[in-house]
Amino acid sequence: MPIDWKSYATGDFFDELISAPGKPRPFARTLAKYLASLSDEELIQRQDAVRYAIKTMGISFTVYSEAGNIDREWPFDLIPRIIPQKEWQITSKGLEQRLRALNCFIHDVYNDGKIFKNKVVPIELVMDSENYRPQCKGMKPKYQVWANICGTDLVRNNDGQFYVLEDNLRVPSGVSYMMENRTVTKRVFPELFENSEILPNSEYPSHLYEMLMSLSPRDKARPEVVVLTPGIYNSAYFEHSFLAQQMGAELVQGSDLIVEDDKVYTKTINGLAPVDVIYRRIDDMFLDPTVFNPDSQLGVAGLLGAWLKGNVALANAPGAGVADDKVIYTYVPAMIKYYLGEEPILPNVPSYLCIDEKQREYVLKNLDKLVVKPANESGGYGMLMGPKASKKERDEFALRIKANPRNYMAQPLVYLSTSPILTGTGGGVEPRHIDLRPFILQGKNFYVTPGGLTRVALVKGSYVVNSSQGGGSKDTWIVDENGVPGSKNAEGGAA
Amino acid sequence: MLSSVAERVYWLGRYLERVENTARLVNVYSTMLLDLPSGSHIGWSLLVDITGCHEEYNKSHSSVEEKQVVRFLLADSKNHASVLNCANMMRENARTTREIIPSEAWELVNNLYHTLKEDLSRTISRRSRQQTLENVVGDCQRIVGVLTGCMNHDTAFAFIQLGRKVERADMTSRIVDVGSISMLPAFSRSAKQKSFLEPYENIVWMNVLRCVSGYQGYRQRTHSQVKGDEVVKFLLQDEAFPRSLGYSLTDLVGHLNKLPNNVEVLRAVARAKKVTLEVNINQLLQHGLLDFIDELQISIADIHEEINNTWFRPVELRKPVRKAQSQTQA
Repeated sequence: MPIDWKSYATGDFFDELISAPGKPRPFARTLAKYLASLSDEELIQRQDAVRYAIKTMGISFTVYSEAGNIDREWPFDLIPRIIPQKEWQITSKGLEQRLRALNCFIHDVYNDGKIFKNKVVPIELVMDSENYRPQCKGMKPKYQVWANICGTDLVRNNDGQFYVLEDNLRVPSGVSYMMENRTVTKRVFPELFENSEILPNSEYPSHLYEMLMSLSPRDKARPEVVVLTPGIYNSAYFEHSFLAQQMGAELVQGSDLIVEDDKVYTKTINGLAPVDVIYRRIDDMFLDPTVFNPDSQLGVAGLLGAWLKGNVALANAPGAGVADDKVIYTYVPAMIKYYLGEEPILPNVPSYLCIDEKQREYVLKNLDKLVVKPANESGGYGMLMGPKASKKERDEFALRIKANPRNYMAQPLVYLSTSPILTGTGGGVEPRHIDLRPFILQGKNFYVTPGGLTRVALVKGSYVVNSSQGGGSKDTWIVDENGVPGSKNAEGGAA
Repeated sequence: MLSSVAERVYWLGRYLERVENTARLVNVYSTMLLDLPSGSHIGWSLLVDITGCHEEYNKSHSSVEEKQVVRFLLADSKNHASVLNCANMMRENARTTREIIPSEAWELVNNLYHTLKEDLSRTISRRSRQQTLENVVGDCQRIVGVLTGCMNHDTAFAFIQLGRKVERADMTSRIVDVGSISMLPAFSRSAKQKSFLEPYENIVWMNVLRCVSGYQGYRQRTHSQVKGDEVVKFLLQDEAFPRSLGYSLTDLVGHLNKLPNNVEVLRAVARAKKVTLEVNINQLLQHGLLDFIDELQISIADIHEEINNTWFRPVELRKPVRKAQSQTQA
C-alpha cells in the first residue's frame, strides 16, 4: 500500500510535516504528495538505494561496545524534515546571539570575572565546574573567542516553539552527517530537488576552513591548519576525516605532532613542518599529558604551553567547556542580557537547579514529572527520565542528587516534536520524536548552518535520539516558502 | 606530507596491487591445472609456496586440496595474505587516508571489500571462481584508473605508486617461479614421459604470461613461440611491458625523483636492477630459478626497507639499525 497520510496519527505532539491526519503543512505539501504517489515497490527501491548509498559512501559511526565491528553504518530515514526559511532566519539570529554571549562569558571567566563581581552568576558554580581549567587564566585568544565551533541542540515543544536544550562547546560532532544526509537524499530523490527551493548545506567546510585560518597567529596567505583526531577508534573518526578531506587540511593524530621551543610541528617526509591552527577533536583532558591527564596517549606534550604563548591556535580553546555545563546553561539568558543588552531570541527550557535548596525540594518532590541531567555528561548518558522511570530508579536518583546537588539540574519533560519516518517496507509511516543540532561558527565572522542535523528516536515513543543509543537521522531542509506553490495560507505554522 | 599518511598510502598501493595479483594468480593457476595431464602430479601446494604462505598453511591444514588452498588464499581470515584480508587492509588504509584520496576511489575500495566478503562463499567452487576473480581484477583496475585520472600527481600519488611498483616487482618475481613447474621431476622422469609432456611445458609458460596479462605483449615483443627462456627474459628484463621487473624498477625511479632525500632508496633500486638485468637467463634455467628468485626478493625487500627508513619513521626516531624485512604492514 502506498503512503496514506490520512492514517498518520500525529497524537498529542507537534508534528513537523503533518498538522493533522491527512493534512500536510503548506511547505510539506509537495513532499507529502510526491511520497504518496510512490508505489510500494518504488518505496522499497528507494530504501534499498539509501542503504546502498550509505554502504558505498562508507558513512559510518563507531560503537565501542561491539567488539570486532567497530565501524557501523549510519541509520538514516529517507523522509526529510522541513523548516520554513522565514522561521529559520529568526532561529539562526538567536543561535548567533547565544554563541556571542557565551564567548563573552568564557572570556570573562578566564579574565576579569565581571559577571561574578556583578553577581549575575555565582562564582562558585564556575570554579566547581569540572570543565573549568585554571591553567587558562589570563589567556586572550584571537577575537576573544573561545568556542569557535558550537553545536546547539534545539527541540520543539508541543507549543510549536524552538527551545535550546543544550550548548555543545567542547568538541560537538554531527556536521558531516548533516552534509552526507543531503548527499544521500539527492541520490535517492533527485526529482524533489528539481522543483523546490532547498537551501544547500555543503558550504560548511569552506566556512569552517576560513574561520580556522582567521585564527592563525601568523599573518600568512595560507596558514597551516590541521585536524587533530584521537584516531580511528573514536566514534567520530568518520567526521574528522570527512572534514579534513573537505577542507584540504591535514588529518593528524597526537603522534604526528611534536612541540619544540613552544612551537608545534608536524612530522613530515621532509622533516618538521610548523603548524598554525589546530582544529582539535580531542577533549581538554587528553590534549597535553604534561598538563592534564598524564596517561593520555592521544595528545601532544607541550601543546598547552605553545597555545598559552600564542604560537598556535586551538579551536575550540581549552577551557571553553566551562560554559557547556547544564548548570551554567540556566544562566545563558541572563548572560545575553548582561553582555549584549539584548533580549534572548531563543528561550531555554525552564530549568531547576538542584544546588538551590528550594528548587531542589521541588525537583525531589516532582521526580516523576521531570528529566534530571548531570552537569557534565553528554550523549544522553547518566540522566533520569522521570516520567518513564520506575519508582526504584527515581529513589536511587534522589540519593545521587542529595549527595552532589551541584552536579544536577532538572527540566520538565519537553514534548519533543515528531516527524514521519518510514516503518517496515512499503508505505507504513509513523511519527517519531526528533531534535535538531545546527552548527554555529565564530571567528572573525559568524556562520550558522542552514538547518542542521535532525536526529530521530527510531524506537516508537522513545525520546532518546543519540546515535550511540538507537537514534537515527534525517535530512533537514530549509525551504523558501515563497517558492512552494499553495503556501500562502500557512496553517499551524511555528514562527 | 605527514610520515604516517605517506606510510598508509604506500600500503594502500601495495595491498591494491597484491589483491589484484593474487586474484590473477589463483585464477590462472586454476585454469592451468585443467590443461595439464592428470599424470603430471602438479598439485596445489606450489601455489601456496609461490604466495609465500607455506608455513602458515601447514599450521592449519593437513592436506593440500584444491578447495582448502583456494579458500586459504582467497577467503581465510587467518591468512594475513588472503585476498579478503588484503582487501580489508587496503580498505583500512584508504579509510584512514580519506582526506587524501579521491572519494570515488574510496567508494570503489569500500565496495570491492564488501562485494568480496559476500562473494567469497561462491568463489570456492570452480564455476563462479573465474567470474569473481575477473571482477576483482577489473575492480582493482578501476581503482587504479580513478587514482591515476582524478588525483593530483603529487607526493601522495608518488607514494601510492611506490607501493604498487614494489609490490608488483615482488609479485612478478613470484609468478616467474610458477614456470619452475616445467622443471619439476614430473617433466623429466624419463625420455618417454618427457616427449609426452613436452607440449605441456609451453602451456605452463603460456599461463605464466597470462597471470600478468602478458601473453599478447610477449607475442608482440618477441615474435617467437612461447619458450621458457624467452618468457623469463620478457618478465624480468623487458623495457616496454609494464609488469616486467625491469619496467617496474625503472618506473619506481621516476616516482622517487619527485620525493626528497631519495638517495638511499635510489641506490637500493639500482642494486635490484643490477640483479634483474645482469642475470644469465640460460644458465638460470639449467640450475633452477629458486636461488635467483630469493636473491631478487631480498633486493626488493631492501627497497622497501629504505623507503621505510627514509620517510615513514619519524625524523627524531630514525636510527641506523636496520629492522628485519617485512612483507606486511606493522
